[in-house]
Amino acid sequence: MADLRKTPLNDVHRESGAKMVPFGGWDMPVEYSGLIAEHMAVRTAAGLFDVSHMGQFEVEGEAALGFLQRVTANDVAKLVDGQAQYSALPMPSGCPVDDIIVYRRSQRRFLVVVNAANIEKDWNWLLAQRPSGCGLHNLSDQFALLALQGPRAAAILQGLTPIDLAQVGFYRFAEGTVDGQQAIVARTGYTGEDGFEVFVAPAAAPALWRRIVAAGKPQGLLPAGLGARDTLRLEARMMLYGNDMDETTTLIEAGLGWIVSTDEAKGEFNGRTVLAEQKAHGAPRKLVGFEMTERGIARHGYPVSLAGAACSAVTSGSFAPFLQKSIGLAYLPAARATVGAELDVEIRGRRTRARVVPTPFYKRPRP
Amino acid sequence: MYPQDCRYSKDHEWIRVEGDRGRVGITDYAQKQLGDVVFLELPEPGRALTQGEQFGTVESVKAVSELFSPVAGEVVAVNGDLVSKPEAINKDPHGAAWMIELRITAAAGVSALMDAASYQSFVDSESK
Repeated sequence: MADLRKTPLNDVHRESGAKMVPFGGWDMPVEYSGLIAEHMAVRTAAGLFDVSHMGQFEVEGEAALGFLQRVTANDVAKLVDGQAQYSALPMPSGCPVDDIIVYRRSQRRFLVVVNAANIEKDWNWLLAQRPSGCGLHNLSDQFALLALQGPRAAAILQGLTPIDLAQVGFYRFAEGTVDGQQAIVARTGYTGEDGFEVFVAPAAAPALWRRIVAAGKPQGLLPAGLGARDTLRLEARMMLYGNDMDETTTLIEAGLGWIVSTDEAKGEFNGRTVLAEQKAHGAPRKLVGFEMTERGIARHGYPVSLAGAACSAVTSGSFAPFLQKSIGLAYLPAARATVGAELDVEIRGRRTRARVVPTPFYKRPRP
Repeated sequence: MYPQDCRYSKDHEWIRVEGDRGRVGITDYAQKQLGDVVFLELPEPGRALTQGEQFGTVESVKAVSELFSPVAGEVVAVNGDLVSKPEAINKDPHGAAWMIELRITAAAGVSALMDAASYQSFVDSESK
């Protein structure tokens, strides 16, 4: 426990009485006022998350674009300055080392955001890909990251920044100041709601956190923990690396064909052969969303069977606070991975019925 | 803060004894550890339980926790309302959120449990 890493907001969480847990080597708040209240605040008003544990790498130089094209799945050339892109670092097997977001700051300067638990693994992986003609820098300790999410996020943040947020579209970002501090403000998130992720210097994070909480409180904002973050992302069917995909599942099996570019313009990249083949002809299995049709909550690791035959395991499963039902994700053979298909989840030794449903489970109402 | 009229187990269940009957639930400490409760599974009336035997399961959004009988007894009633509204466990753990009623078959088991003050110190030492 003693060697858990702490984000710049650790003292703020502890002072606020958040329930802290170890997560991927970090001491993180799992819950503030209550998971369900936090979850609902994000769906109906706003929530503020500390995601400073996530990693940031900078790739800069003449060959930065070429290097990123070689190591990522998506087409980085499609990005313009101030645009972000969901992507992954595939291995030759087509399975991801990690899922990532690539931000283009300029033609020769990119920021790559990676999962907290994978910082070291990704770093070593990228070095092993022999970047040449570009610099690769691990900036993970130079950024705190605050995620302000929910339908009122824009209104709350606009009061604290001269950046015109109306001009910052989905998966776009701007560089400027927030509460007087230099920041990168990206319209990205992991909740299925509108919202922003704000990168600031670690020293600026505690004051900014308090400012956003104070500004958002009258609008219904709640500080939120990793517990609500997980149920929010699951309702929106956003993937959790290490649960829903890992080094044994291809991006196509995981349902991430939309971030795999097999365009000729992108050229060769790790895993292209396997991914292009599966994209064209289908993968042997597919990750599906299901909901329980009998009473019970499916959870990570519970066995899944089809017509009595053991098949796989639940990759993510939870009670969904907004939808008020039990949902989950699991890999099924492609032939059975169709909406309406019946499956069983073994809950404490008892086979419990579930049904494949369309995903995302939750889609936010568009204004 | 823990009610004086209950006895407590190390598994964080309480029992409120009246005559040879006792109602059983989980403590305020246990519900706080769990967080928002969303699921509860209880036995059928008639089931005989030994001391420490699992009689059900309670689940919050994030966690699964087994329920253990603090004493030996026969289940004579089950709180069906609580199964359909398990969130009451967070709101009133020592009152409305009783789970099962036992006909106690070994009275000695009750006196072996902690009183409110001992349970309080037990919890204080656990949360350090």
